[in-house]
Amino acid sequence: MDLFHNLAIGFSTAFQFTNLVYAFVGCLLGTLIGVLPGLGPLATIAMLLPITYALTPEAAMIMLAGIYYGAQYGGSTTAIVVNLPGESSSVVTTIDGYQMAKQGRAGVALTTAALGSFFAGSVATLAVAALAQPLAATALLFGPTEFFSLMVLGLVVASVLSSGPFIEGIGMVVLGMLLSLIGTDINSGSQRFAFGIPQLFDGIDFVPLAMGIFGFAEIVKNLEPQGDISLVTQKIKNLFPTRDDFRRMTPAILRGTALGTILGVLPGGGAVLSSFASYTLEKKISKYPEQFGKGAIEGVAGPESANNAGAQTSFIPLLTLGIPSNVVMALMVGAMTIHNIQPGPQVMTKNPQLFWGLIVSMWVGNLMLVILNLPLVGLWVKLLSIPYRYLFPAIMVFCSIGVFSINNGTFEVYEAALFCVFGYMLMKLDLPAAPLLLGLVLGPAIEENFRRAMVLSRGDSTVFLTSPLSGGLLAAAVIAIVLITLPAIRSKREEALKE
Amino acid sequence: MNGAMKSGMTNLAIRDRRAFVSGAFFLTVAVFFFAVALNYVPGTAARMGPGYFPRLLAIVLAAIGLLVMAGAMRPKAGIVRLRAWDLKGLLWVTGSVALFAFLLYPLGFVISLFVLIIVSSKASPEFAWKGALANAAVLIVLCVGVFVYGLGLRFPLWPTLFN
Repeated sequence: MDLFHNLAIGFSTAFQFTNLVYAFVGCLLGTLIGVLPGLGPLATIAMLLPITYALTPEAAMIMLAGIYYGAQYGGSTTAIVVNLPGESSSVVTTIDGYQMAKQGRAGVALTTAALGSFFAGSVATLAVAALAQPLAATALLFGPTEFFSLMVLGLVVASVLSSGPFIEGIGMVVLGMLLSLIGTDINSGSQRFAFGIPQLFDGIDFVPLAMGIFGFAEIVKNLEPQGDISLVTQKIKNLFPTRDDFRRMTPAILRGTALGTILGVLPGGGAVLSSFASYTLEKKISKYPEQFGKGAIEGVAGPESANNAGAQTSFIPLLTLGIPSNVVMALMVGAMTIHNIQPGPQVMTKNPQLFWGLIVSMWVGNLMLVILNLPLVGLWVKLLSIPYRYLFPAIMVFCSIGVFSINNGTFEVYEAALFCVFGYMLMKLDLPAAPLLLGLVLGPAIEENFRRAMVLSRGDSTVFLTSPLSGGLLAAAVIAIVLITLPAIRSKREEALKE
Repeated sequence: MNGAMKSGMTNLAIRDRRAFVSGAFFLTVAVFFFAVALNYVPGTAARMGPGYFPRLLAIVLAAIGLLVMAGAMRPKAGIVRLRAWDLKGLLWVTGSVALFAFLLYPLGFVISLFVLIIVSSKASPEFAWKGALANAAVLIVLCVGVFVYGLGLRFPLWPTLFN
């Protein structure tokens, strides 16, 4: 019973008092920041990253996972209560969640989301624990050729799922990869695109870019007069779903969990894809499709379970293959490297405490969110009534300090200021930023594996197609592209990804 | 970057200006990276030098840029205009961050935070001195407590010339 043995290691790590405290603080801070308008999990994690620098690697990862779930839950809270999705994975929650809130059932919607998330999180944690080992074993079969194709597949899927035309998403991926080339070429040791600036020899850091785009530029956008942000906060009474609510939400939670668990594992998948897929499914098979968009509880239960399950299982590709499947996971790579952990299959064998401790604390984090957030919902909602003109300078302060503390230097702060202008330009051109960040993070690994594969094949590029595994992965990427260009699916996708 | 591009092509029907400028942006970046990459040894496909992959990527990005630009001129493309920039807001926000970086070492954490908060608050159309000052006071106390005393991040607290 290897699994139980491993889980026991995990429980003994996660249930150490200090680690429980870090998980708790992580969830609390994650929710606190995640509730703020315009701050999704990515910005929240990037902002809170410096807090974890001083911790042990285990404690840091546990806390970051807590921050991640907290931020995600915070996003759902604002989606339901004030119709403001904190991040794209809770966009669908606004559809029926906010309608429920308008009918005075915000408390019920929040409880549904919390219970669904907790159930989904528990199942997904088990899935991660069960799948991690066999998947890490397959990772050993992967050579550079296969890794290259797998990463290409991940980037293609991520572009397919980003908003806007697919070709522009791919363009952003390639742009991100070009930016990732800045700095020292590991093969030859020579400097590329650094223009003699010593701070660029290590390349462009992920955090200033993320902060510039998702922190600062987002603020500039939010400050533009738009007039449609009406934060109507109602008093939250009655958290308890009725018997009828339970009857309707239970199957939706089960379906959402299954869907999210599977879709989260896919490269490029994760929380966003899962929540959209779940909403579509619920609407399709519901006995009362006419209630969707008017406060159907399934429309909250399904997607909220799915996005949590997907958020959890998207750790699988990261922990087993070392490949981040979405932007948040990309940031996790950055966090792990800061603590000298190289993400990949070797984490499990070299560092079992960290690995299994992280997995168990995912579950602990979910449990804490239920215990913590339902009673505190009133507080979070109150936070939303603070005027934005006081909130955004606070966000800017935390972002600036976070960026500064990466290297204890001001260079990164200047970088972030520059990327703010860049991010604002991207927003004005409707170019998606998430594929850019993924390209930036995966760029070096892609080049490395590409070069190695080409050395092994003596310069024969057909090897990517003739190796069966690699060929299959690339075929999947082509299928994804073909599917997205089919007119019927294209219009559906545009509808679904429209914010 | 888009000015020169646009003036040369005004007689062609650019229907989707947003897409056209996006494509031109991709193309410009690609050309820049390709030109710089010419300085690096490309090597061969079997033994790539530092210049091989950058050139490859730049060519791909240039192709994507051209495709996006062409798409913007398709007769079927919808007519889309460029969206206006809120330059004032952008300047206050970016400027306050740059100022924070610039002032941190000579003037220390407290003063540079103060500048960051006040200057960035200016970005809001609802700016008022009273609220901004109160906000600054609260945030500075909080940050010094949490980041300097709590987490022990190494910031110079006060201007270095007093030490």
